[in-house]
Amino acid sequence: MPPTASSPLSGTSSLLAVAGRGLATVLLCAVITALLALTVPGRWDQHAVHSFGIGLTTWAVIDGGRAWLTRGSAIPWPLGWRGWVLVAAGTSLGFVAGTMLANAYGMHTPGSDQSIRSGRAGYSLVLGMLATGCMCLLFYGRGKAAHLEAAIARAERSATEARLQLLESQLEPHMMFNTLANLRVLIATEPARAQRMLDHLIDFLRATLGASRTGSHTLADEFARLADYLELMAVRMGPRLTFALELPPALAGQPVPALLLQPLVENAVRHGLEPQVGGGHVAVQARIEGPHLLIDVTDTGAGLAHVHEPGRGHGFGLAVVRDRLAAVYGAAAALAVRPNHPEGTVATLRLPLGTLPA
Amino acid sequence: MNAATALIAEDEPLLAHALAAALGEAWPELQVLPPVGDGRSAVQATLACAPDVLFFDIRMPGLGGLDAAAELADAWAGTGKPFPALVFVTAYEQYAVRAFDAQAVDYVLKPVQPARLARTVQRVQAALAARALQAGTAVPDAVLAQLRALLMQPACASAEPLRIIQAGLPGGAGVRMVPIDEVLAFDAADKYVRVLTAGDDYWLRTPLRELQQRLDPQVFWQVHRGTLVRAAAIATVDRDAAGRLHLALRGRHDRLPVSRVHAGLFRAM
Repeated sequence: MPPTASSPLSGTSSLLAVAGRGLATVLLCAVITALLALTVPGRWDQHAVHSFGIGLTTWAVIDGGRAWLTRGSAIPWPLGWRGWVLVAAGTSLGFVAGTMLANAYGMHTPGSDQSIRSGRAGYSLVLGMLATGCMCLLFYGRGKAAHLEAAIARAERSATEARLQLLESQLEPHMMFNTLANLRVLIATEPARAQRMLDHLIDFLRATLGASRTGSHTLADEFARLADYLELMAVRMGPRLTFALELPPALAGQPVPALLLQPLVENAVRHGLEPQVGGGHVAVQARIEGPHLLIDVTDTGAGLAHVHEPGRGHGFGLAVVRDRLAAVYGAAAALAVRPNHPEGTVATLRLPLGTLPA
Repeated sequence: MNAATALIAEDEPLLAHALAAALGEAWPELQVLPPVGDGRSAVQATLACAPDVLFFDIRMPGLGGLDAAAELADAWAGTGKPFPALVFVTAYEQYAVRAFDAQAVDYVLKPVQPARLARTVQRVQAALAARALQAGTAVPDAVLAQLRALLMQPACASAEPLRIIQAGLPGGAGVRMVPIDEVLAFDAADKYVRVLTAGDDYWLRTPLRELQQRLDPQVFWQVHRGTLVRAAAIATVDRDAAGRLHLALRGRHDRLPVSRVHAGLFRAM
């Protein structure tokens, strides 16, 4: 559903745009008046009435008709046959109105033509159509450029917002404070374990916050980052979380986008295991199938049909992964999610083997 | 006077033991019962042992700390013992920390720090002493009011108001578009939500909390953890022998229970 173009600013800016087009029309009518005065016999003021009558009427019908036809739509020009019919209607109405006005003017002004003769009528119709055609193209072109610029600005803003949201979610306060709380306990009771936990936290934060988000690294590095996250969660959840990571040595060097799997593992823990009183098991396994690399993220948790926590649900993480796959691999990669048996979820990533597309 | 007892409900085992150890320092006479890891166990253990103080983590698997406290408020009438002092334990609750400032229910932030815990311990001891003088067994109104405030979901400004519900027909026979004006109540069952109208009942898979964010809180009141009722459709509110409230809706025979926490909504003017 295209967004409506309304905003507090668009009212004033569209008034300015209308005024701009009106001015351009007036200028064109003036030029045509001069042209008629030089090439066609008759009083220049009648030419003026004729030209301005045609021009302003044509413009009013086309611009007004356009605004009315596209009210509530994002694209300010009627699509398809409607656009052509609008231009034809504008031109004809303009021609008729302009000629009638010129004739009426002529009736009241001594020494002018009582009625525009057919030859001249034909001449002015052709001129009118040409002028209208040029102006429509001009306005259409400028309108389209403005529309595209606005669309680019919107896309940039939403990309920035998405990046901010992603960062915020990675630094999720609940996760941070609970992790630090556990770390504090370990410092007193098991200092060596506390140090290892802190190392995992440092690596996790460096990967999350660092520029490596937009780059790529080896599958071995990817699995190491997943291990950081899972180790932190395992300290917090105690016996409620067990996990296993399986990476065949042959695949260790395979490049993948950095932290591609992170949202899937987070889903498995947060939406699969955390809500379940007994917790469960998470497994991440990579294997080769023909020309493809397959990675499974499996959990024995609450499953897809589970009524999830308010806020960001399961679907957000999947959407993030799918967007990244599309951006990097296009149609060559896929993510499939299905229920695990007897309980839980399996998310399977299918990637082409080899270097990443440029 | 017998030594006071306390129950800790915390799903992260290291933090549960750390809190027990910190309490051992701050309040040596306090008897800390074995910790439980989820809300359901917390309710059962509290009803079984009747501790004097409860330390409930807010986020736990299954039933959270706030919902467990609300269930205890409902179940308390039969026990004949004073309602325990409640302390919530939280890592980070951006909207609720202000709600904790009232006296009725206290809170402790994770990681637990000795100075803050000492202050909480003083307030709990004072509350227990005051309670011993009262010898009442009803859940204090101030506690109920504060629990109700804490349980209210933060408003989601961007949620589109609900106008039509795409509800499932019984037996999976299809989908019916139910205008919101026809809905009398939403009642959450095990994995789905029942939509109650004057005619048939339908069902939804959307969680009640998500629906609640898209409904006007003046029109649909939460009367129970799993129930939202159109206020205008309530015909009568009756109190049974145990003091529990039940609602009867216009045009329907069934009755919906009102939890103690929300009972404060239905006082005579």
